[in-house]
Amino acid sequence: MGMNTDTNKYTILFAIGMVIVVGSLLAFTASSLAPNIDVNKRLEKQQNILYAMGINENTSSSAKFVSTEKAPDLFKQYIVEQIIIQGGDISSSEDAYLIDVKKQQANSKAGIERKLPLFVGEKENEKFYIAPIRGKGLWDAIWAYVAMDENMVIQGAYFDHKGETPGLGANIKERFFMDDFIGEHLMENGNFKGITVSKSNADPKNVDKMDYEVDAIAGATITGDGVAAMIKSELKLYVPYFKSLKAKAYGTSL
Amino acid sequence: MGLLSKKDSKLILDPLADNNPITIQVLGICSALAITAQLKASIVMSVSVLFVLGVGNVVISLIRNIIPSKIRIIVQLTVVAALVIIVDLVLKAFAYELSKELSVFVGLIITNCIIMGRFEAFALGNGPWRSFLDGIGNAAGYGFILILVGFFRELLGSGTLMGFKVLGDPIEKTGIYAFGYENNGFMLLSPMALIVVGLIIWVQRSKNKALIED
Repeated sequence: MGMNTDTNKYTILFAIGMVIVVGSLLAFTASSLAPNIDVNKRLEKQQNILYAMGINENTSSSAKFVSTEKAPDLFKQYIVEQIIIQGGDISSSEDAYLIDVKKQQANSKAGIERKLPLFVGEKENEKFYIAPIRGKGLWDAIWAYVAMDENMVIQGAYFDHKGETPGLGANIKERFFMDDFIGEHLMENGNFKGITVSKSNADPKNVDKMDYEVDAIAGATITGDGVAAMIKSELKLYVPYFKSLKAKAYGTSL
Repeated sequence: MGLLSKKDSKLILDPLADNNPITIQVLGICSALAITAQLKASIVMSVSVLFVLGVGNVVISLIRNIIPSKIRIIVQLTVVAALVIIVDLVLKAFAYELSKELSVFVGLIITNCIIMGRFEAFALGNGPWRSFLDGIGNAAGYGFILILVGFFRELLGSGTLMGFKVLGDPIEKTGIYAFGYENNGFMLLSPMALIVVGLIIWVQRSKNKALIED
């Protein structure tokens, strides 16, 4: 080749050309695959919600969702109502599961009243109230779907994360951690207390369900603290709704 | 191999054994340790690398004469990164659950030394067809070891293959567990991958003495 590829001018022009070509190629791929990816994310959300209320294919030790093929049907079958809570207004909506919790948190910071989605599931005549929550771990976002009964006692939980350390913080999505939350109480004498992920837990077998504590994961202090903070700040927002449920049940007003 | 000349078929066959990227060239060790706890993850990683290395080698070979040598590493990185992001997006769109398990490792492909190594050592100096064969051959050699290690680690560590319980149920004590066999949890940890790779290297070199260095 007669071209001199060592001049500065050529090098810079080549770099610019390369960035344009590669950039447009990636943008094209991303936007043409976006619809498929969205569908997958939606299915995952349904799987997570179902997981929290105990509709899953768990094996003896590992967590497993229902298959993506079955998820939409099971979601229709078990989730009897989807609720949006905004300020004092409570409305039913088929699309509550499409609400982006991250966006709503940003709204709330900007002074806009945030929409709180809540899913009501029914299994074997028991009602589950499943709340999607989101917080911060050590490196990046963590989120969870927590299923509660009408007294805000946890019935099931699914945790996930974007980039916690594998083997340490990432273990929040392992069953030995998630299953500890089942049966834990959030309310103490009518006041919201939350759950602490505790390193000095005197109850490692997790027999005491009224101690507002679960056992922490060794080496994952900040992720664990993030989980506790997320539960405290996010689930608290649902307390008025649960109180109104009670009031309705007893026919009194608060 | 009637289709390929003797020289060309050597490009594919050599990396499978006598010039294997993992056991002889010692490239791509990090990913071989990280993801071989399950056979399924090993297979997906192998297929992804096969695609990236095959296509990447051709792309680099096609533009080898116009790449400014001062920024050739950056150009190579950009090509791998673009290909890997495409693989990641395709997995997200068509094999979402797999992509969740692999997303960390798919990112690792970008920095996988086997890819940069073959770009530098081969694609920059050879034509597209030969580079393609070299890429496929090396990725196949890499994948072969990955799958071999994954097979033993999953079988001995979890008693399963591709998630199926081939040895019986460890909790209900069926199959060979009835005779007191236990899974070796240590097989699931990364150090065991290193030991398994070491055993493969040992077997290979004891069979072919020409591979032993002084």
